[in-house]
Amino acid sequence: MAYSNKVIDHYENPRNVGSLNKNDEDVGTGLVGAPACGDVMKLQLRISDDGIIEDAKFKTFGCGSAIASSSLVTEMVKGRTVEYALSINNSIIAEELKLPPVKIHCSVLAEDAIKAAIADFKKKKAAKATAAAPE
Amino acid sequence: MSLKLPVYLDNHATTRVDPRVLEAMLPYLTEVFGNAGSRNHAYGWAAQEAVERAREQVADLIGADPKEIVFTSGATESDNLAIFGVAHFYAEKGKHLITQVTEHKAVLDACHALEKEGFEITYLPVDQQGRIVLDDLRAAIRADTILVSIMWANNEVGTVQDIPAIGAICREKGVFFHSDAVQGIGKLPFDVAAMNVDMISISAHKMYGPKGIGALYIRRGRPRLRLEPTMFGGGQERGIRSGTHAVHQIVGLGAACAVAKQEMAAGESDRIRGLRDYMWAKLQENLDELYLNGSWEHRLPGNLNVSFAFCEGEAMMMAIKELAVSSGSACTSASLEPSYVLRAMGVDVELAHTSIRFGIGRFTTQEEIDFALGLITDKVRWLREMSPLYEMVKEGIDIKSIEWAAH
Repeated sequence: MAYSNKVIDHYENPRNVGSLNKNDEDVGTGLVGAPACGDVMKLQLRISDDGIIEDAKFKTFGCGSAIASSSLVTEMVKGRTVEYALSINNSIIAEELKLPPVKIHCSVLAEDAIKAAIADFKKKKAAKATAAAPE
Repeated sequence: MSLKLPVYLDNHATTRVDPRVLEAMLPYLTEVFGNAGSRNHAYGWAAQEAVERAREQVADLIGADPKEIVFTSGATESDNLAIFGVAHFYAEKGKHLITQVTEHKAVLDACHALEKEGFEITYLPVDQQGRIVLDDLRAAIRADTILVSIMWANNEVGTVQDIPAIGAICREKGVFFHSDAVQGIGKLPFDVAAMNVDMISISAHKMYGPKGIGALYIRRGRPRLRLEPTMFGGGQERGIRSGTHAVHQIVGLGAACAVAKQEMAAGESDRIRGLRDYMWAKLQENLDELYLNGSWEHRLPGNLNVSFAFCEGEAMMMAIKELAVSSGSACTSASLEPSYVLRAMGVDVELAHTSIRFGIGRFTTQEEIDFALGLITDKVRWLREMSPLYEMVKEGIDIKSIEWAAH
């Protein structure tokens, strides 16, 4: 597979590898993909009360472009708003990394991971609001 | 001593030409350039003599008569010639052939082509070790079965089939038996009589000879086996395979056979098996969650096929790019499907994605294996640090219990 230098750089020096505490109230976790398909991404975002993504961590099982796509999105969303993160779509990722056509699904997965992490965060917030509401 | 990088551990794909083979070939590209079919001058005679000497060398390695060797362009052509040759010659006797699901594409796709012509093919399943069940074969043979084609050793997992027993069943039932023997010839002893085969495919470049040359062994004697040619022209190779002899290539195949015979007698297979066994033992010492694919007992000496759970194969190959290996991962194929051989053996699709094939050969050194072990150990740990699946397993989560969304 002929990859761009950017993919190789993100693969060889992946940014923000690791985990945040998934039980923290301000952490949203997205787990997408499937082992049987050969790629699974876990993306975690720590989001402040005013909707700023303060931290992002990932772990990915997958090919070089899957790892590079997840590394790239952690860099893109860190310090940005939730609204901005939701605006990132797969073609932005694919273009940035110059992914070959057969690897486009990796960028789709990275987009799904952002959406899943934010959805998880929002669900936590909503659950907390319900729990806090007076009976 | 410094290593030449990347270290070559892909000897099932192809092998380096042995210097002794190259030396034997060179004169046939310069001074001895004649056409082996030129019967009326010394250039032709010298070329013909070289071809016949090579035929003896090939025959000698497998206990055959030189008249039973037909030169081809390689194993793909040999497989095609055996399958189409029998099918087309014996079509009136029957239109049923038997093979197995883990064959090389040269056999499988030839069979698919025959299906389009109206032949019926039975694809036998394999067990977890990658071997067919002999009773399955016995049950599959019908009155209209004309050919059984089962490879000797598999190119991915190195599983060696029980060829003498398969051949005995075919003899008993009066069905011809072809075996694609490319991965095993020159690595393990092979005697055509003891193996009960009617035809075997041989390739030079899998045994330290040049690419572009192979042979088909076609048994002579009773019951008589005849083939319909797939190539027509000048009538070379007794009309079975027309085309000007590639003399230098043929000389290379002959020399590769002669050298292989010599090296096998000197214990080459034991040395290679020793490196392989050492590599597997050390990997298991260094890392957990490793799965051997194929059979340990019935295995080519130079083959090691391992699933490194939680490390996707393509990412793994990028991480160990100082090693030339191959993977059964989907991401290394255009089809995005993991290895059909591993799947047929019942290997989990998850594990198939993490498989790496190591092929140790004549020129592999202990130093290279030690270098590979260090690199693999480091990189598997690095990839697992990055793997959400490894983290989940370490937390005690059963990955199989999760409902993954297929994509």
